[in-house]
Amino acid sequence: MSTLVDLVWLIPAFPLAGVLILMALGRRLGEPRAGWLATAMMGGSFIATLLVFIGLIGHEGDERETVVTLFEWVPAGKLAVDIGFLADPLSITMALFVTGVGALIHLYSIGYMHGDEGFSKFFIYLNLFAFSMLMLVLGDNLLLTFLGWEGVGACFYLLISFWFTDEANASAGKKAFVTNRVGDWGFLVAMFLAFLTFGSLQYGEIFFEVESHGVAAGTASAIVVLLLVGAAGKSAQFPLHIWLPDAMAGPTPVSALIHAATMVTAGVYLLTRMNPIIAEAHGWVPDLIMWVGLGTALMAATIAVAQNDIKKVLAYSTVSQLGFMFVAVGSGAYVAAIFHMVTHAFFKALLFLEAGSVIHGMDGDQDIRRYGGLARLLPITSMTFVAGWLAIAGVPPFSGFWSKDEILAYAYGENKVLWVLLLATAILTAFYMTRLVLMTFFGPPRWVEAEAQVEAEADEGPEDTAEAAAEAGPPHRHPHESPWTMTVPLMALAGLAIVAGVFNLPFTSDVHFLGNWLKPSLFGNSGHLPFGGGTQWILAIVAIVGSLGGVSAGAAVYVRRRIDPARIEHPFLARAWRIDETVTNFMGGPGRRAFERTTQFDEQVVDGAVNATGTLIRRAGTKLRVSQSGLVRSYALGIAIGAVGLLVWFIYRAGL
Amino acid sequence: MLPILAQAEIPDIQWLPLIPHIVMAGAAVVLLTIVSVAGRWLPGWFAAAWTVAAGLGVLATAIPVWIRVDQWGPHSTIAGSIGVDQFSVFIIGVLACTVVLTALVADGFLHRESLDGPAFYVLLMLSAAGGITMASANNLIVLFLGLEILSLAVYVLVAMHLRRAESQEAGIKYFVLGAFASAFLLYGIALVYGATGSINLAEIENILSSNDLSDNGLLLAGMAMLLVGFGFKVAAVPFHAWTPDVYQGAPSPVVSYMAAGVKAAGFAALLRVFFGAFGPIYEEGQLADLRQVTDDWQPVVFGLAIASLAVGSMLAIVQTDVKRILAYSSISHAGFILVGVQAATDDGVASVLFYLAAYAAMAIGSFAVITVVSGPGDEGTALDNLRGLAARRPLLAAAFTVLLLSQAGIPFTAGFWAKFEVITAAVDARSFWLAVIAMLAAVVAAFLYLRIVVAMFLDAPDADAPRLRVPPGPAIAIAIVVLFTLAFGIYPEPLLKLADDAWLNLRLWAH
Repeated sequence: MSTLVDLVWLIPAFPLAGVLILMALGRRLGEPRAGWLATAMMGGSFIATLLVFIGLIGHEGDERETVVTLFEWVPAGKLAVDIGFLADPLSITMALFVTGVGALIHLYSIGYMHGDEGFSKFFIYLNLFAFSMLMLVLGDNLLLTFLGWEGVGACFYLLISFWFTDEANASAGKKAFVTNRVGDWGFLVAMFLAFLTFGSLQYGEIFFEVESHGVAAGTASAIVVLLLVGAAGKSAQFPLHIWLPDAMAGPTPVSALIHAATMVTAGVYLLTRMNPIIAEAHGWVPDLIMWVGLGTALMAATIAVAQNDIKKVLAYSTVSQLGFMFVAVGSGAYVAAIFHMVTHAFFKALLFLEAGSVIHGMDGDQDIRRYGGLARLLPITSMTFVAGWLAIAGVPPFSGFWSKDEILAYAYGENKVLWVLLLATAILTAFYMTRLVLMTFFGPPRWVEAEAQVEAEADEGPEDTAEAAAEAGPPHRHPHESPWTMTVPLMALAGLAIVAGVFNLPFTSDVHFLGNWLKPSLFGNSGHLPFGGGTQWILAIVAIVGSLGGVSAGAAVYVRRRIDPARIEHPFLARAWRIDETVTNFMGGPGRRAFERTTQFDEQVVDGAVNATGTLIRRAGTKLRVSQSGLVRSYALGIAIGAVGLLVWFIYRAGL
Repeated sequence: MLPILAQAEIPDIQWLPLIPHIVMAGAAVVLLTIVSVAGRWLPGWFAAAWTVAAGLGVLATAIPVWIRVDQWGPHSTIAGSIGVDQFSVFIIGVLACTVVLTALVADGFLHRESLDGPAFYVLLMLSAAGGITMASANNLIVLFLGLEILSLAVYVLVAMHLRRAESQEAGIKYFVLGAFASAFLLYGIALVYGATGSINLAEIENILSSNDLSDNGLLLAGMAMLLVGFGFKVAAVPFHAWTPDVYQGAPSPVVSYMAAGVKAAGFAALLRVFFGAFGPIYEEGQLADLRQVTDDWQPVVFGLAIASLAVGSMLAIVQTDVKRILAYSSISHAGFILVGVQAATDDGVASVLFYLAAYAAMAIGSFAVITVVSGPGDEGTALDNLRGLAARRPLLAAAFTVLLLSQAGIPFTAGFWAKFEVITAAVDARSFWLAVIAMLAAVVAAFLYLRIVVAMFLDAPDADAPRLRVPPGPAIAIAIVVLFTLAFGIYPEPLLKLADDAWLNLRLWAH
């Protein structure tokens, strides 16, 4: 049966072709053609996804799952793995927004990266990232997903650590590497455990095994918990969240694409994909996912209140929204998780791109304390920002309201305490986003004062400083609107952020489009609300009141100055609950010392105390033989002790 | 004299499988002769070119042997003392490639250090000839002879750098400890002979499968002694103490041969004896229901693997000399390979072979980079010397990064599949804890490679750093191994299949 669905391999093939062409010809194409090529490839990929989507719709509900195998990859034997793509509602939903939002961000980057000397290299990395992300999403087995998982990680290091060579990026890259290794470990162990239990890594075969033979609750729990470790690493959940805010040091389109819309949602995707296993696990496992999500969401929201870097606010907000998605997964509301993932991809990518546009307009300044009054100067940016703000704050009818409301409803059904805390998080979200909008676009333009201050300093200073300042940039800041390649994606995303709620309306089951569409991928493991429409209405009204309350509280503090903002922006929050410092201090202090002691032990005891003597003697330049005989003797002693150890074991085995 | 000859039985010898052995050893002797007769008229690159040709010749002559075994099945020659099987051909291939690449790396090095002359190449080929003998020995004495031929040449190679005290010191250290370990090995052979009455591996396996000797004290003591000897050669903890000192002191190209070639030969011999002769006993396709000899040695290898993984990856982190870092990393790699050995299954053997091939490429490449970077005197091997390499030599830094990522086991490199295969083999053999620890060690070990990468990319180069010259030999060698690492990282199937086919089963030729 040959249908449009068989074109699924085209989806990752486009960005891969982009990578190869740009690697060969990137320099020669130069700016802006390299960027256009990369964007065209993403566009092609999006169209391919649309075709597959249309093909899938043509199938009956239960048959909306096709595996397209390209070739056998790891040869047969016990572990046979194919390069195969799984086209089902879940993967195609992911692919649609990855390619769609990805194409818009590529377009935006053409304007944003204008004049950068690594212009074409940047697009190689972006296309490579898109390719890896699509492999992650479309792979029909855990190994392929894992390779995509590592691939997006690798692109991330390339884009952060190697793109810029300054200290902040280097440290961000290192931190991300460390936390992701911990996450990868969880994924790897889970993968081997799954292979051992089900004898296959293919999703279809695993789920078939689960359905036909079942699986021990203990094993399923272990697999899910290990996957949760992996997912927490990639999706920046507590305590592996520390890398994401630092990663904001990279270029803004990267923050939008990788750290908001796509890569960080991989953990949510993975857990949703494995829903049949979660269903078999002990009851505390989904609860664990839920509480990890809630803890992360609440903590990150409080931190976001006290940040002054525009991108840091958005970064912590991303961590917090991902927490919402984990809560949804934990309470069995997979549809709500994916729904929120989609709407979040729209409004958070939008917010990041706008942040980029603002930073672009402010000549690289990211501190919102020096913004203000930009609404008149950046009309398109501020208009679209307002759309993003209302969406994330959860004000109806913007998209964020619908998805967040669904998660809140499920949380209420699961546990009342959970619901209260999550509602508090949602109110906080509205609050800090209002703060961000007000400080950036409204109020007196504070950049004028900052400018005057700098100028005054420059005037007083010696001649050469003034000259340096003149060279560094224009003497006066002229916040300006961005070129059309940047504003068009903004408007497209703003439109989506406003209307995306219609994908999944709660009123009747007929308009619950996303829920009906995703059904085949969820195997009936989706949770059900234990209450009727009446409660749902009340909950929705509470949520609306909450988000409006958050917005007006923000306005009260930052416009009317009812409360001194300094009392809210506690240093403890500004320093991200001091988690980062604590970890760094530990690794730099006791952790490092522990390692050093181990070495000392090895050098002094295992390597023989003579080693030190040997060095001394060598320095003195006398008789090499003395040091050698000593060293060799202690090494030989090590071998002899080892030999005795082995002998003792074997003699014990012999029963002598 | 004649009557004695008449009495001696001349065994039936098949020559074809012996040609790789003869080419490797013969090339060494002939090179020595040519250079001593006509040395002054020969160009400086002659010895290196000769060695490369000899290595390629071994590779070429190994192919018909592989095909023959494919058709006829594994067999043995010279009265059952040399095994002709695809396992040995695979290792011969690895050793031949190691010789070719090491010769390429050494070319510029010897000239830079004014150590020109054929001695290096002659010893290299002789050592590899010993390794080939180890890999195909079907007899404990032949195996020991091969090991000594391999080792004696390496002792001299380590001490080759005449003007570096560290090199001489390392040579003597390695020699004394090596002799010590060889004594253990020889004693182990004697004990095994005492217990079984045979030194032929196939016969020993036969005897063990028909008699339950699994609690025979003599045999078990012999196994312990053999493990000590092999453990020393492959640098497994606690027989590892020499490794950092010797790697640091020895000339860098020699280290690349030691890490790639000596380790491959050592593991080949270990597998021939322990998986071949002391391997699992099957009855009608099932593991036989008697007390298996493997139950005696598997726990020991389990322990050695864990110790090597832990010590190797933890201590590598705090070193400041790149050669020492890579020495500890080679210890941790030995731990990973032991994870595959411990499985004691055909899949385990295949995973070890794949790992050895992949590691040979990474190790030669990494030490080739160090050879180039260390500069005149072979002294600049501190981590600081790599600072800002990306700015000075971007291609070299990129190549080194690929090799280090492969050592760390990052996907899309051959090193990932190597680790993946050994861990799969361990999981398959139900050694879960070992698999989990191996994965943890891989996570820890990733940091140490990251340290080197960070130094190369993120630190600024010293302003007065000398200009780096990359001679063509090492450049070609590095290019080859990087391509190998990436190609089999992206599409591992051909090499996996080769390793899978190269199985080891002595029973097929036991008459």
